[in-house]
Amino acid sequence: MNPWQDFTNAESLSQEHVPLLRPDDFFASVDKLLTSTRAVAYFARPLGDSQELTAVFADDAANRLLTARTLVTETQIPQLSDRHPQLHRYERELAEYGLLSAPNLPRLRRPPLVGDSEEFHPVPGEDVHEVAVGPVHAGVIEPGHFRFQCRGETVYRLEIALGYQHRGLEAAWEGGPNARTRHYAETLAGDTTIAHTSAYARVLEALSGTRVPLRAEALRALGLELERLANHVGDLGALASDTGYLPTASFCGRIRGDFLNLTALVCGNRFGRGWVIPGGVAFDLDKPRAAELLKRLDVLTKETTDAVNLLWSTSSVLARMEHIGTLTREQALTLGLVGPAARACGLVRDVRFDQPVGMYRFQQIPVSTYDTGDVFSRTYVRWLEIQKSLTFVHDLVKNLPSGALSAPVGALKPNHLAVALEEAWRGEAAHAAWTSSDGKLARYKVIDPSFHNWTALEWALKGQEISDFPLCNKSFNLSYCGHDL
Amino acid sequence: MTLLAPLLHGLTLLLVPPLLLGTVNKTKSWFAGRQGPPLLQPYYDLVKLFRKQTVLSTTTSWIFRLAPFVLLVSTAFAGLFVPLFNFAAPLSFSGDFILVAYLFALGRFFTTLAALDTGSAFEGMGASRELTFSFLTEPALFLGFLTLVKISGSLETSGFLLSPLLHYNSQLTAPLILTALGLFLVFLTETSRLPVDDPATHLELTMIHEAMILDHSGPLLGAVEYSSAMKFLILGSLVVHTAAPFPADWPGGFALPLAEVLVLAVFVGVLESAFARLRLKRVPLFLTGAVLSCGAGFLLMMR
Repeated sequence: MNPWQDFTNAESLSQEHVPLLRPDDFFASVDKLLTSTRAVAYFARPLGDSQELTAVFADDAANRLLTARTLVTETQIPQLSDRHPQLHRYERELAEYGLLSAPNLPRLRRPPLVGDSEEFHPVPGEDVHEVAVGPVHAGVIEPGHFRFQCRGETVYRLEIALGYQHRGLEAAWEGGPNARTRHYAETLAGDTTIAHTSAYARVLEALSGTRVPLRAEALRALGLELERLANHVGDLGALASDTGYLPTASFCGRIRGDFLNLTALVCGNRFGRGWVIPGGVAFDLDKPRAAELLKRLDVLTKETTDAVNLLWSTSSVLARMEHIGTLTREQALTLGLVGPAARACGLVRDVRFDQPVGMYRFQQIPVSTYDTGDVFSRTYVRWLEIQKSLTFVHDLVKNLPSGALSAPVGALKPNHLAVALEEAWRGEAAHAAWTSSDGKLARYKVIDPSFHNWTALEWALKGQEISDFPLCNKSFNLSYCGHDL
Repeated sequence: MTLLAPLLHGLTLLLVPPLLLGTVNKTKSWFAGRQGPPLLQPYYDLVKLFRKQTVLSTTTSWIFRLAPFVLLVSTAFAGLFVPLFNFAAPLSFSGDFILVAYLFALGRFFTTLAALDTGSAFEGMGASRELTFSFLTEPALFLGFLTLVKISGSLETSGFLLSPLLHYNSQLTAPLILTALGLFLVFLTETSRLPVDDPATHLELTMIHEAMILDHSGPLLGAVEYSSAMKFLILGSLVVHTAAPFPADWPGGFALPLAEVLVLAVFVGVLESAFARLRLKRVPLFLTGAVLSCGAGFLLMMR
């Protein structure tokens, strides 16, 4: 019998209900469970003299989450990522806290200096050359360092060094909630404001036992889908631009702004800041605005369809995207991929479907998958999702439930664990929090979808042309600040 | 007229090239539904670059500072052999097309040398790609030249490009079309246009020509950009003389080839809007197509 406690998305558990296992049993069950579930969170917090390690796994087939914890002292955690690569980045983080001794695990958050090649793994041989890109890039993008080991134009290995954007966000949450903590969630990854703020709000709601009004849930879903639409459309434009195909690049660049403006129509901010608050939402969608939104949505639906369909009818674009940066379904499972990148490998994996909360319990959205696992697949899955989201938003706005906008959030229950997952446009955004005995946030953990997916980019580049890297990178379009926190 | 013709040729060679790049950009903007930069933007850019300070990498030597100007001078010199109008270019001698081809090669040699001089991984890759592809454009260019020489019987660039035999001869249609097509592909490659290179990209890893000049700044960059524009005019003239040998015996008709180059610039803009870039691995196939096209044209002439 499995001793782990099962619970659902956006539910809280008191400390007694999170099974405390002996380290041996704990790691043995982690090893066993990871063959059929995937890691959602795997983090430590100081508790007395030792450290408490909490694991939250998702059993997507059963639509349940599983959790257990154990107490460990320093460097007592065995390295399991050799057998379960999806734990790789979690273990790197634990190693940085000094909880895991693994000399072969590279650091997650490197100091903002590049150059010491000992940190990387060079490929030996006279013909091999190293190419270093970043952390300062040619475009106005976030900092990250890419180290390629190449022979001619072929990439033998790519290593990605991140951590330049580490802001100590998780530590800043401790002792909260206070006036600032919501804004940390809003600005954690600027393009994923709604998803992260919703997850944060759900954590607080679960910990305080707040019931969110249905209208607020509907408006959150609206915000989340508008965020997805804006970013997916922007990504399709950027992918077109990287193949050198101008028309779609220009149109989608403009249309992305129009979708952002729909968010601004409701809450006054293009990225949805200030829209979602713990307990509900801060801005309503009144009748005239709803009519205006639907009117603009109809125009945008047509324009997006026209601009994106140019891609599928231009063979030179398809030639650039097919059979590039391919990941297999097995690799996706092994790495614990999330979001469009996972669905592009044929995995049916979507928080809105597997672990639904809020509006998605009542109004389902189909999971869009494609199975070739290459750049084309990741591009095409985005287009499928755009179409599904457009329909969803249309139906949602037409049938908005009535009711209050928010409910008051009371004090947090002491010594509780809460976990909330949201399907952000990049994939699963997970927030987990432990409260202290005085009802404050004692440990706050955020796992951005990029945290799962960065390793996939390294794998996808093996044996590829180095000139295809920008396109591959764009097909994942991962967040640096979401990863670095 | 004896003095006027070389003067007009020289002034055109010096002043018109940036306009062509402006035309390409304007066309692309129009296709993308944007207003785009002003038509004269490349001129402003050049003036700006020549007024700017040069920042030099500490790893570079005198080669790096010399190379852009060798490129500029060799390109301009090559331009004196290729007719831009329907009258002969200022300079010509028997077999001058070999000099033209190798003046371009000289400029390329110095550009790649300067790129390697910086010791940067990007510029090394750019230089390697540039040389690999020029290895394929050169045979295409020469086969094209040989076909034109065979048709006209003249060994001078002005001679074979302006040969009246190029006009109105159904016997020559097939080889001329094949040669023009091959030279057009060479033109796209040599001027770093799509589908081979993307002059607008900021992604270093995909660049060819642009990767080689990442470290250039100020007047050095200006000289490289100016030479690229000039190359566009010179090779463009080569293509239009081969592809569209219209007679121009009406008043003002002498400027027809120049107008055709402008149309070519618009056409390049249309092409760049309608197609995505090739995968780098496929570029050699594209260039093999250029060699085969020019080669087939040559074979047809050898019957």
